[in-house]
Amino acid sequence: MSEPIQVPVMADLMAKGEKPDILFWVGCAGSFDQRAQRITKAFARILHHTGIKFAVLGMEETCTGDPARRAGNEFLFQMQALTNIQTLNMYEVTKIVTTCPHCFNTLKNEYPELGGNYEVIHHTQLLQQLIDEGRIKLKEGGTFKGKRITYHDSCYLGRANQIYEAPRKVLELLDAELVEMKRCRTKGLCCGAGGAQMFKEDEPGRIHVNMERTEDVLQSNANVVAAACPFCNTMLTDGVKYHDKQDEIHVLDIAELIAQAADLGE
Amino acid sequence: MAVLVQQLLFLIVLGITGYLVSRKAREIYRNIRLGKPDDRTNEPGKRLRNMLLLAFGQKKMFQNLTPALLHLCVYVAFLITQIELIEIFVDGAFGTHRFFYPYLGGLYTFIISFIEILSVLAFVATIAFLSRRNLLKLPRFTMKELAGWPMLDANLILIGEIILIIGIFSMNTADMTLHHGEYGFAVSQWLMPLFAGFSDGTLHLLERFGWWLHILTVFGFLAYLPYSKHLHILLAFPNSYFADLTSPSGKITNMPRITQEINLMLNPSSVADAPPAAENERFGAKDVQDLSWKNLLDAYSCTECGRCTAACPANQTGKKLSPRKIMMDTRDRLEELGQHLNKNGQDVPDGKSLLHDYISPEELRACTTCNACVQECPVSINPLNIIIELRRYLILEEANSPDEWNKMFNNVEHSGAVWQLPADKRITWIQEIENG
Ligand code: SF4
Ligand code: SF4
Repeated sequence: MSEPIQVPVMADLMAKGEKPDILFWVGCAGSFDQRAQRITKAFARILHHTGIKFAVLGMEETCTGDPARRAGNEFLFQMQALTNIQTLNMYEVTKIVTTCPHCFNTLKNEYPELGGNYEVIHHTQLLQQLIDEGRIKLKEGGTFKGKRITYHDSCYLGRANQIYEAPRKVLELLDAELVEMKRCRTKGLCCGAGGAQMFKEDEPGRIHVNMERTEDVLQSNANVVAAACPFCNTMLTDGVKYHDKQDEIHVLDIAELIAQAADLGE
Repeated sequence: MAVLVQQLLFLIVLGITGYLVSRKAREIYRNIRLGKPDDRTNEPGKRLRNMLLLAFGQKKMFQNLTPALLHLCVYVAFLITQIELIEIFVDGAFGTHRFFYPYLGGLYTFIISFIEILSVLAFVATIAFLSRRNLLKLPRFTMKELAGWPMLDANLILIGEIILIIGIFSMNTADMTLHHGEYGFAVSQWLMPLFAGFSDGTLHLLERFGWWLHILTVFGFLAYLPYSKHLHILLAFPNSYFADLTSPSGKITNMPRITQEINLMLNPSSVADAPPAAENERFGAKDVQDLSWKNLLDAYSCTECGRCTAACPANQTGKKLSPRKIMMDTRDRLEELGQHLNKNGQDVPDGKSLLHDYISPEELRACTTCNACVQECPVSINPLNIIIELRRYLILEEANSPDEWNKMFNNVEHSGAVWQLPADKRITWIQEIENG
């Protein structure tokens, strides 16, 4: 059991006449998927701990429409986008942070054309900023000392938005050994979830994409795979299980790594 | 007399080549314009920079040093040889011999020597490319989509390059031997012993043979270029100029017509302000005319190098999808449609389309939209854009979608979440964290 914390919901704040500095967009995975909920909680603890005035939309949040748009269902995407923009604009949201690179990309790059203009950052960017400002102190001794960590680039952070360094800068603080996989940064291999693949079986082929990617992980000899996307996380966790390595290799989000290293609880 | 005949022959071949090239160029221009409008004229400064870096400077090529250097040799040799071509044209048209030599003297020797050295480098590179393609069996050069014509195309050009170089050196060496080394060209002076002991007549014949071989290969190349993947030599320039300014990017192009439809649905009184959509305009793309002109220019610019496919996660794991094939299919279909238009004009449909006849739903559905293909392409092509447009047509016009996707769509539509879970489960984690 960890220490209970309060998670402010937008509608409640509004009723009290308050406004947060930043909206935490949780996303479908972060809200519903049991594994991803742990990432959401870790990040919420970090926000709480650093005293940032944040809020979530709670029941008023709905899918950004990313998978619908990429599957080709533009109609559904725009319905979602227009609904969400209405909610966000009603609350006069100006700044959004999200733990999902897909939500991040859609909110940041695709909502403006439909009338939603916000400053959108990914949680790894916020974490880097908080650490730079000294607002997160990591535990003495280093929880991850002696571990080998490798970072898996999410397509929607890396190639899609040129964010390669922030997650790595954060990991550098963990006092662990950082190793790169043979395919990284612009050459990073997809986990296989994007483009709405997450929601259907793979097309016929030789091997699943996540298993191919996990082979890169195995080759790197890392004991921790740091992910920055809940979908990559699921894909890599499955891949590690497929290779029967779940006892030796842990797939963790960067927010979870920092929450552990700063002793903020699960 | 002989000079006059040659002059005449030259002018005839020049005329025929000019006619063939300009006819095909106009056809390609018309084909590209079959695509939908897409304004790409903003920020000319940035575009010019992209063009200089990517097309002229070959920035992306240099991510992999050896092939980049080899390619650079052929490319620079190609560019610089154009200077020599000026003289060949003058000599050919006016029956002169090395027209610029008396005027330029030492500089002339320098320029031709430079070209000779580059030609040697290009020769080495061409041999390397030929062996890489035919002996090394690199996966990206042995895939199914290259079987037949594309493979032959690649080899023909490489062989043409070798013929061209043989032409240059037999011309220069014979000429040097005839003039006792007077010109002092850097490479051919070392080749002179090969021709030692030949009579003046033979040497003269060899010189002419080299000259004609050279220029006929060039003309042949020009006439052949528009049918070949080597069209990228020219189109890489406009293609990187008109490329997306941020590339790759996670942003997918918007469909304002859908926004219009939704607004109409939500607010029927806005009917009056909405401009009516063109009758036959489809949602997404079924055929090449439904794509943008830039997609079509992309297709003509593709070098068929396969860097995109080698990086594609779907292709690497054995799925049918290959972004290179997407580009080759688009070009082949566009050429087919162009031929049809030449014969039958605008009004007779040929009953074929890019989707289904060339590209299958299975290929399209394997894409993870990871942008690796866009990242890798050395000439700024965006295969993902075409994939998305075709996917849009499948879903919006054919309602052709895997069941699992239909379920996901349904969930999003009805409970606002990708999984089938009640909306109030969205805050379970909050309740849990607040209870510690
Ligand atoms: S975006 Fe699609 S086609 Fe391009 S590399 Fe990724 S999976 Fe392959
Ligand atoms: S699309 Fe680009 S990377 Fe792919 S084959 Fe064509 S030129 Fe090469």
